[in-house]
Amino acid sequence: MALEVMAQGETPIPLNVSFRVEPGELLALVGHSGSGKTTLLRCIAGLWTPPRARVTVEGTPWIDTSIKVNLPPYKRRAGLVFQNYALFPHMSAAQNVMAAMEHSDAAEAERLLDLVNLQGMAHRKPAQLSGGQQQRVAVARALARKPQALLLDEPFSAVDRATREKLYTEIIALRRHLKMPVVLVTHDVNEAQLLADRMAVIEKGQLVREGTTADVMADAAALHAMGIRELAVMLPARLSEHLPDGLSRLDTPSGPIFVPTVEGAPGTRIRLRILAHEVILSRVRPEGLSAQNILAGTVARIVPGSGPGMIVHVAVGDQEILARITRRAAEQMRLHPGDNVHAILKSMSVARDHVTRAAAPESPRD
Amino acid sequence: MDWTALELSLRLAAWTVAILLPVSILLGRFLAFRQFRGKALIEALVMLPLVLPPTVLGFYLLVSFGRNSPIGQTWASIFGQQLVFSFEGLVIASLLFNLPFAVQPAQRGFQAIPAEVREAAACCGMPPWRALWKVELPLAWPGVVTAMVLTFAHTLGEFGIVLMVGGSIPGETKTIAIAIYDRVQAFDSRSAATMSAVLVAISLFTIAVTFALSSRIGRRLG
Repeated sequence: MALEVMAQGETPIPLNVSFRVEPGELLALVGHSGSGKTTLLRCIAGLWTPPRARVTVEGTPWIDTSIKVNLPPYKRRAGLVFQNYALFPHMSAAQNVMAAMEHSDAAEAERLLDLVNLQGMAHRKPAQLSGGQQQRVAVARALARKPQALLLDEPFSAVDRATREKLYTEIIALRRHLKMPVVLVTHDVNEAQLLADRMAVIEKGQLVREGTTADVMADAAALHAMGIRELAVMLPARLSEHLPDGLSRLDTPSGPIFVPTVEGAPGTRIRLRILAHEVILSRVRPEGLSAQNILAGTVARIVPGSGPGMIVHVAVGDQEILARITRRAAEQMRLHPGDNVHAILKSMSVARDHVTRAAAPESPRD
Repeated sequence: MDWTALELSLRLAAWTVAILLPVSILLGRFLAFRQFRGKALIEALVMLPLVLPPTVLGFYLLVSFGRNSPIGQTWASIFGQQLVFSFEGLVIASLLFNLPFAVQPAQRGFQAIPAEVREAAACCGMPPWRALWKVELPLAWPGVVTAMVLTFAHTLGEFGIVLMVGGSIPGETKTIAIAIYDRVQAFDSRSAATMSAVLVAISLFTIAVTFALSSRIGRRLG
């Protein structure tokens, strides 16, 4: 039931992209606005037709310009969540969800609204719902069609940061119920890293890099388009205790990390996003530093960049973190693979919006 | 009080609204959503009756409906009667001069629907006719209702074209507007006043109904 996409064209922008998404997998199309990622999503849904395209689901073509097949959007079983949700303003939440069903099924609509945490909101009109609630209705409506592919077009960009973090957590939890391929369009690398299994970086209509999220996020060349400062890893951790001085202690495979209070009960699984340019390396365990979070590890490999910087991959436990340091520093430290180093994380470098609760129970995708 | 004329006017207005309702929806929607060459020309043609003096439109209709015109002859050979100075001729004239009132507000109503909402309807699996019925019409409804109310009221009040195409045959083409003029000419101010008052009452009633309807729709959309 994989989704395979190939699209080529010259207008409105030169476009040449192909990718494949497996059932249950979430692929993030990442790029700046104007890179063509939303256009690609519209091509999958049938709202836009490029000169040359082939989109197949389970091997069945939705569009194949080479054999002149082009199904209209209403014949493609795709669930699309629009950037501004595009809810039907004259219908209640439940009616919106039922509008996407072949035969209206109130019980099923209620089940879907429960699934997106909208208990008791079924009778409300979109205007009576908050932005986050509207987004949940849009997700429930997209699922009501029993889609063969779920398409999310910047679904978190129209809500405030606090709501966004809550919605991330919900989407991560919802993933367990999704058996179809999911495509997420976003310009936010942090968001892609939190949510996606695979990433495809799009720049000016061209596919720059496609691979697992961990691989793409560790690839400085791939992230060049998005800005090297986005280079980061996700470190799994466990919330261990809340301390009286306003910090929370997180246990990682390579020792404790202290961050400003993270919501949640002790035992909650968490992922930390650690930006490569916020990591300092030291050969000896430093003393008398204000930074509290120091992880011991070994240098796994060193990847030279195009500029004066290098990316050092440091193995901590069974995980890797990245440090972006200058070439000059690497030479002075005589860093080589296999060397023992200490990675210093500035306490505040573990920003609040880079801490997310992982889905429980833990699945291999997390 | 000429009850026959009032009944005729209401009958004419009802026929006009009944025939123009689907035209208003389909043509209004077409002009709202489609982009094509010559669209401006079609829009201008639809608007033309609004700026044309009614007597000018009436004159051309009289000439093209006449006994010696192709349209008039075809009509006569099919229905065995003349098109001019008949109720049927009046209905056709009424359809034409009401076109701008019936199409414009409906077109505005459809244009007000965000493109994303229409795309969402398609992405929810709705074929075009179902999207029209479940999403577009409920949202464009205030525009369509306005169009029909304007058409109805405008038909009741039209004078110039009716006189040119229909003449003033009682029970066939003598509408209430003509009857009022007729009574004034005969210095029967009492009858003219009564009939005018009835027209005012009907107009007020229609406007009130529209406002009530659209405020209800407003709440529904809210």
